[in-house]
Amino acid sequence: MRRTTLLALALAAAPAAAQVQLNGAGATFPNIIYQDWILTYGQTHPDVKLNYQSIGSGGGIRQFSDGTVDFGGSDAPMTDSAIAAIQGNVLHIPTVLGAIVLTYDLPGVTQQLKFSPDVIAGIFLGTITKWNDARIASINPGVTLPATDIVVVHRSDGSGTTYGFTDYLSKVSQDWAQKVGKGPSVNWPVGLGGKGNEGVASTVVQTPGGVGYVELGYATANKMAFGLVQNSAGKFVAPTLDAVTAALAGALAKMGPTTDFRVSITNPDGADAYPIATMTWLLLHKSYADAAKAKALVQFVWWAETEGQAKAPTLGYAPLPAQLRPWIQVRLRSITAGGRAAWSGPAAR
Amino acid sequence: MSVPLPTFHNRGDRAYRVTLTGLAALLPLLLVVVGAELAVRAWPSIHRFGFNFLWTGRWDPVTEVYGAGPLIFGTLVSSLLALLLAVPLALGVAIFLTEFAPKWLRRPVAFLVELLAAVPSVVYGVWGIFVLIPFLRGHVVPGLKAVLGWSPFFSGVFYGNSMLAGGIILAIMIVPYIAAVSREVLLAVPGSQREAALGLGATRWEAVWSAVLPYGRAGVIGAVMLGLGRALGETMAVTMVIGNRHDIGASLLQPGYTMAAALANEFSEATTGMYLAALFEVGLLLFVITVTVNALARLLVWRVARGGSAGSRAL
Repeated sequence: MRRTTLLALALAAAPAAAQVQLNGAGATFPNIIYQDWILTYGQTHPDVKLNYQSIGSGGGIRQFSDGTVDFGGSDAPMTDSAIAAIQGNVLHIPTVLGAIVLTYDLPGVTQQLKFSPDVIAGIFLGTITKWNDARIASINPGVTLPATDIVVVHRSDGSGTTYGFTDYLSKVSQDWAQKVGKGPSVNWPVGLGGKGNEGVASTVVQTPGGVGYVELGYATANKMAFGLVQNSAGKFVAPTLDAVTAALAGALAKMGPTTDFRVSITNPDGADAYPIATMTWLLLHKSYADAAKAKALVQFVWWAETEGQAKAPTLGYAPLPAQLRPWIQVRLRSITAGGRAAWSGPAAR
Repeated sequence: MSVPLPTFHNRGDRAYRVTLTGLAALLPLLLVVVGAELAVRAWPSIHRFGFNFLWTGRWDPVTEVYGAGPLIFGTLVSSLLALLLAVPLALGVAIFLTEFAPKWLRRPVAFLVELLAAVPSVVYGVWGIFVLIPFLRGHVVPGLKAVLGWSPFFSGVFYGNSMLAGGIILAIMIVPYIAAVSREVLLAVPGSQREAALGLGATRWEAVWSAVLPYGRAGVIGAVMLGLGRALGETMAVTMVIGNRHDIGASLLQPGYTMAAALANEFSEATTGMYLAALFEVGLLLFVITVTVNALARLLVWRVARGGSAGSRAL
């Protein structure tokens, strides 16, 4: 009799003991929506305890590779050598999109400035040094540009934002690709360094003639002035969430179901695409040791890719185009734990 | 038959001594372990770049070429600039508070000066961006350029974030340390020293300069070195105003960079092995420089104390 009571007690306590703990770390850019997802998902799935720390993309890749976290987050994809170092045991799964905007401080200029790829590269290479340079003036007719010096402000800390921006510059400027290249931090030809989006923003605002790049969400939240950028179709486009989703749609035209998601989506085709658009990825292992963990993680990620996407616009992120979903599902289905698929979602569509 | 008290005491004393010796040995051991750990992690960079690391200035994570010359330069220049500005100010405050201020004023002013030390450094950084730099741009630099613009130290265009701004922020941050310790030192100088000088016909100022300060000089040097140590290692406030540019230039109006700031900025995002190793080497250099500065300060204090009067007693 007493034994059965104990057994009943043990069974009653079992769900609590079986709670799955999933830890992640990485990029700061998607932190707001990841925290929101974790909170919302936790309300309907009390058996899964998720935790994401926004320590930066580089730190996320390091902890994910060391195996200290179950999943990583990054705005810059892992390099081939970094993937080889963990025997290729990683999948890059895109979650949301962002954009990088050019913010500037020009007292007296009220119109929204237009930037062409050549002008952006020229400014950041240091070959365009005055705001009234003919190359800027010719694409901004009707704007009275002052003769002040251009003061370039870039990120001093390593950052996925810098990766996206230098990735764009490397595509549109041969000079940039050869002299500087792309990466989370680069050897800047000119300019001042600010720590974080807030460091760049405050330096730009405090420096007459300052120009820098920050994440779209940060710029809109702080009501900063930012410019239109000319896309590959020749149109000057404002960085709106729709223009960002259009950018990925443009990039998708060149992708197939099996294309590596590490693909860069800067400077895509598409008349309405904003050209400095970025993806942020979750880093998942191809095979996990713990089946319960793998199952819960895959389930959560699929939820984020479907129901979770609806939250993106209100939080300042552009959602992924629906066209990408089946491709993502195929990758998630390929994740295994102990040789068996961890997928437990809906059957293939 | 009770246990004789002395034996009991001795055993307790011995245990006490062994424990304390062990604890005391832990600290120097920690220093050695930290240094060794840094050296081991920095080894790939030391091996690859050798001494070039110390004076080349290219810092390029894309092509994996690293040189810490501008970082070392920036750390030393910003700290020395800070000392140059802070020492006269702090000593002036200390002398005023101990020798010249009316009694009722001494405590409140001393308290306020020490309060400066309690302000978090990020607050200094924000203040630097929003108050100090605009003030420098509007009121100080135009004057400096008009008078000293011919010298290489004040040439070039001033954008705000600069070595000058970094040095001034550091100076403000270390004033309270130097002032507080110097004040304690001067307070400890026996009154008889002042009375003797005044009795010989010295003015108040002469008494301070020729009797009080020399008596406490060991302590004052110690205070200055404490300030220098803090300036060398300061991170947050400096990185917010110095411009974070890997560059060596004579002009104080140009942006620079310091070792501590570079570590704080770049460490969390360094993914490749060589990048990390280069940052570890920067850490190792900073460690070596601060330990060297502190050792030199000790030596200086020790020599001054031994050579002169009983100045160390004033500590």
